[in-house]
Amino acid sequence: MVALRVGVLALQGDVREHVAMLSAIGVDVVAVRTAEQLEDVTGLVIPGGESTTIARLLETSGIRPLLATRLGEGLPVLGTCAGLILLSRTILDGRADQWSFATIDVDVRRNGFGRQIASFETMIEVDGLGSVPGVFIRAPKIESWSESVSVLAMHDHGSGSTPVLVRQGNAWGCSFHPELTDNDQIHRLFVESL
Amino acid sequence: MDVVNPEQAKIAEDAGAVAVMALERVPSDIRRDGGVARMSDPQMIQEIQATVTIPVMAKARIGHFAEAQILQALDVDYIDESEVLTPADEDNHIDKWGFTVPFVCGATNLGEALRRIGEGACLIRSKGEAGTGNVVEAVRHLRTINAQMRRLVTADEAEIYRLAKDLQAPLPLVLEVAQTGALPVPMFCAGGISTPADASLVMQLGAQSVFVGSGIFKSEDPQRMARAIVEATTHYQDASVVAKVSTGLGAAMRGSEMATLDQRLAERGW
Repeated sequence: MVALRVGVLALQGDVREHVAMLSAIGVDVVAVRTAEQLEDVTGLVIPGGESTTIARLLETSGIRPLLATRLGEGLPVLGTCAGLILLSRTILDGRADQWSFATIDVDVRRNGFGRQIASFETMIEVDGLGSVPGVFIRAPKIESWSESVSVLAMHDHGSGSTPVLVRQGNAWGCSFHPELTDNDQIHRLFVESL
Repeated sequence: MDVVNPEQAKIAEDAGAVAVMALERVPSDIRRDGGVARMSDPQMIQEIQATVTIPVMAKARIGHFAEAQILQALDVDYIDESEVLTPADEDNHIDKWGFTVPFVCGATNLGEALRRIGEGACLIRSKGEAGTGNVVEAVRHLRTINAQMRRLVTADEAEIYRLAKDLQAPLPLVLEVAQTGALPVPMFCAGGISTPADASLVMQLGAQSVFVGSGIFKSEDPQRMARAIVEATTHYQDASVVAKVSTGLGAAMRGSEMATLDQRLAERGW
């Protein structure tokens, strides 16, 4: 079996936590800072961080066009927090010029669960996995989604239940940060799908 | 990036800053003007919060827990208990466990960093010497923290207690660093960073991100300088990228030699 080579987009954000978790699972991990490094990965993780910063660095590094193409071709991808924002079709409360790859048919509201001070941790019930810890930091909220999106977990933080883990084809989006916990089940789910 | 108004905050966000620090004067102006430097006017902080989508930080004076309470009530994203402002308490820092908003604090060495973490700081930044445009103190502080962490990692079990005493740091945190070789919270670098090369230098010395205070808006072309420092921070391991963004950048802020300073801000806090 050929070793799986998973990239972690390493422009900004909690890159090292994703790298550590994927390495512990046993896949070959590469930090992606250039278009060249993106070419031979079999899957990609877009980490949490600031979506505006990552978007800008995707442009200056020249990664954006290749990543758009590869996502269009079905490159498996897991976006957590800011990564979900970058994969969404519509961004609410973003910058006026904020763009995204529109890989997953969800509309997300930036900081939809509140500012930093409203950050929280809770257990999330994931279809087929059971309970996993969810760390929400200035997390994006999925406010609407199309029928082609599979909702794998919902959470109600007081204003109605909304999806917090979704999948559409090869693309996975997560409002919270599984990489900031000791629980690697969501990463395993993604790696097993490759 | 330090910003003093919504226009600067927008420039910082456009450039790719991950957060802005809202304050009335950048450190080099505080240094020039003298007098007592205090928390910023909430109106200014709120205007900046309304302008950008990225986190907004604000500074409270060392030990001034009432300023910190106000900043928390304003929903700022992080509080910097900062030596750049005039200290309000010469014995005690703020008990940061009493707050839900995360705090960042400065440190010049490992003991100071661990004392701040013991008080509840969630982020540590090397202090450097703010407002000087001179990276020498930031380098000293980063190197000191790194060297002291390496010493802990190599210490045998009996030596740890003595080292904890020398560091004047809480023993459980000293034991944790001895085991992991790293601070239990992220370590950023601040104080005197004014070029993309400075950012690359401190990232290579182990900083996980950089604070740029006066270095952006006291440079000749703040927009370009901001973008260049963002790129250099990401691609710090790739000298060709740092070279590219450093090219034709215009003048960096005018710097100061440490020997010419009347006041060392890094000596504030204990």
